[in-house]
Amino acid sequence: MDTEITLRVDGAARSLTVDTRTTLLDALRERLRNTSPKKGCDHGQCGACTVLLDGRRVNSCLVLAVTVGDAEVITSDGLATDDRPHPLHDSFVEHDGFQCGYCTPGQVCSAAGVLAEARAGWPSHVTEDLTAEGVTLTDAEIRERMSGNLCRCAAYANIVPAVAAVAEKEGVR
Amino acid sequence: MREFRYERADDPAAAVALLAAEPSGAFLGGGTNLVDLMKLGVATPDVLVDVRTLTSAEVTDLPDGGLRIGAAVPNADLAADRRVRERFPVLAQALLAGASGQLRNRATTGGNLLQRTRCTYFTDVTRPCNKREPGSGCGALEGVHRNHAILGQTLDGPGACIATHPSDMAVALVALDAVVQVLGPEGERAVPIAELHRLPGDDPSRDTTLRHGELISAIELPPLPFAARSRYRKARDRASFAFALVSVAAAVDVADGVVRDVRLALGGVAHRPWRATTAEEALRGRPATEESFAAAADAELAAATPLRDNGFKVPLARNLVVRTLLEVAR
Ligand SMILES: Cc1cc2nc3c(=O)[nH]c(=O)nc-3n(C[C@H](O)[C@H](O)[C@H](O)COP(=O)(O)OP(=O)(O)OC[C@H]3O[C@@H](n4cnc5c(N)ncnc54)[C@H](O)[C@@H]3O)c2cc1C
Ligand code: SF4
Ligand code: FES
Ligand code: FES
Repeated sequence: MDTEITLRVDGAARSLTVDTRTTLLDALRERLRNTSPKKGCDHGQCGACTVLLDGRRVNSCLVLAVTVGDAEVITSDGLATDDRPHPLHDSFVEHDGFQCGYCTPGQVCSAAGVLAEARAGWPSHVTEDLTAEGVTLTDAEIRERMSGNLCRCAAYANIVPAVAAVAEKEGVR
Repeated sequence: MREFRYERADDPAAAVALLAAEPSGAFLGGGTNLVDLMKLGVATPDVLVDVRTLTSAEVTDLPDGGLRIGAAVPNADLAADRRVRERFPVLAQALLAGASGQLRNRATTGGNLLQRTRCTYFTDVTRPCNKREPGSGCGALEGVHRNHAILGQTLDGPGACIATHPSDMAVALVALDAVVQVLGPEGERAVPIAELHRLPGDDPSRDTTLRHGELISAIELPPLPFAARSRYRKARDRASFAFALVSVAAAVDVADGVVRDVRLALGGVAHRPWRATTAEEALRGRPATEESFAAAADAELAAATPLRDNGFKVPLARNLVVRTLLEVAR
């Protein structure tokens, strides 16, 4: 069934007609030609499709486009401002945090979500004291919080320091 | 994926009325389970009624010290809620042990409770499965069932099913005696969470006691002061981002070395979150020692009927119960 929707993606509003079955990921990639989010598993298991939806990281492969409404969608592409890479982009390059780069846009969006969640003081599965006030993004915390993003090249060893360096600058490490 | 109509309603009652008129429709929460099952052809609704922005997304205080959790509260927000972290840490820990950060941001409380089993025969439409297609058989019984149930299964006949309930959150909620607020075509009712999920019995296709068209609107947590010292432990094949082999939710009230009261529930062992009432009874009034904890766990697990490949869950559950109780009783 066709439905008309407007998506706000990386700062621009785009109107399009989609079948109700279209996921946000497919709408972005196939219809809006934004190939920043990648399709890995298509079942919420790999994180390659991660985008920020109203500032929160989600798996766009499990979000139906018709449900998005006027929420703000930011892809890794849109994290760059005025043609300047986001600090996370720079840090992934500096720390050699990718090989083929397929999982990277999802990793970067997820990392942006991790930093925001840490600033908000959200605990994780490895947080010792749930009643503590702030969060310190130790390596163990980064690993656990990034565990929804799989990298088939196994660049994890360098992803952790890439995220850690930005966390340090932002004062959550 | 089969074609479907997408509907929004103005309020919960309208959503219920909409779905009640659609025998093959479904409510849509975050979609992290339902959309996945629709892609696999396991779920084939004609109509989706979006309820994610319809029910409350707030956690509010109840006058008696309990909490009311709106059905649309994202799992991430519930885990981060200060009151949950302080008063019901077992619930925050259960949520944080489940899925990934991305999924918890999208998944809702109502949807999490009603997520379906991860039995791989259920999710593979080319295999027999009494839950997906009543009467077709159970592929897991003679197949790969390392992850499957050890308690309360149906082992033969058209009701045969050895699936486990996958939600971590639900195990904590069962230990906390949560009450599920439901809105149906005939009005509101309150369902104690222990009565929400079913054992397979003779109809594994029904996971819960909810009727078609019934909407979960909120979950209420009664006050439980001793739950401030509660804990969720989950054993799984990977340290993160994997479903439970066995999990334990426990809260204990110890005075002068004696167990005054205790709440204990197990996950990954049965078709529903398993409230360990036998172990609880064996513990009340007993010394809070490793010995009594082990005896209580053994009493609970005496009813287990392990299968060819999942016998390891019996000692795993026993050890996890003992460790968790030792930790909260310390
Ligand atoms: C890769 C992966 C790993 C996961 N790991 C875990 C894990 O380790 N532990 C764990 O517990 N979970 C895990 N999950 C499951 C996840 O927690 C659930 O998918 C999620 O909680 C479902 O919530 P939702 O709002 O997205 O539900 P939906 O997918 O929208 O709905 C699920 C069901 O609930 C019904 N429903 C939704 N809202 C309501 C309502 N208000 N009233 C009545 N019916 C309703 C729907 O009709 C549907 O049948 C995992 C999921 C994935 C994809
Ligand atoms: S265990 Fe239950 S869900 Fe799994 S194949 Fe058997 S009947 Fe289906
Ligand atoms: S493509 Fe969405 S999680 Fe893998
Ligand atoms: S860099 Fe290749 S998949 Fe991660």
